[in-house]
Amino acid sequence: MSMKATTRQVDSVTIFDISGRITLGEGCSQLRDLIRAHLAKGDKKLLLNLADVTYIDSSGIGELVSAFTAVSNQGGQLKLLSLTKKVHDLLQITKLLTVFDVHDDEVKAIASFEKAAGA
Amino acid sequence: MTAEAGVTELTLESTLESVEVAEEVAHRVCVLAGFDEEEQHKIEMAVHESVINAVTHGNRHDANKKVYLRFEIGNGRLEIRIRDQGGGFDLGRVPDPLAAENLLKVSGRGIFLIRTFMDEFEVKNVQGSGTEVTMVKRIDSKMKDTQGGTRP
Repeated sequence: MSMKATTRQVDSVTIFDISGRITLGEGCSQLRDLIRAHLAKGDKKLLLNLADVTYIDSSGIGELVSAFTAVSNQGGQLKLLSLTKKVHDLLQITKLLTVFDVHDDEVKAIASFEKAAGA
Repeated sequence: MTAEAGVTELTLESTLESVEVAEEVAHRVCVLAGFDEEEQHKIEMAVHESVINAVTHGNRHDANKKVYLRFEIGNGRLEIRIRDQGGGFDLGRVPDPLAAENLLKVSGRGIFLIRTFMDEFEVKNVQGSGTEVTMVKRIDSKMKDTQGGTRP
């Protein structure tokens, strides 16, 4: 199954519910286009819900890093929500858990954007 | 695809579709060898990354070039060989993706993941015939006993 994504808005936070595979090719380009489109619209608080991501490869990890950098460069924030064990382990061994702000609870994740904005 | 006792061989086109085929075959071989789900995922991912390297960096999507795979179960291990027909590469020049200056790079994690997930990893540049990657995963004897995998 290739990547699928639905988008919803909670307060000022844009949440992307992503499912399927984020791999070299279609999955990565879909994610890139999605993030770039929302950045172009001015969305700057982005939360990627990865609970239903079944597979991510090194290119998919790279795409997450690319999204993080692109959002940060625009003065925004990109955070991750509900990592599966496989994705968590991959981010851990690649030391990217030190880069991403990762949450298990959606309400708390949304609140963390507000705190950052108010700081 | 050909198969003899404990050996599975296949030849793939230099396309991204081949990556999924290789993964599917790797999955079947892993089940046959008795690896648990977590180990299966690691081995399938190592195959995924190696075949992507062969297709994109080795053969550069050249339709005239092939990727050869060989899986062999025996002597308490699974040995996987993946060979392309490209110009080869120097493993020593692959940057460390964990170095602070590389952490935010978009690419360069594939080889690192393969090395992390497999017990042995070797790259051989064969003059005039591409690069051959050999990866080995040892088969835990407990897995074989409980999951009905191959026996020596």
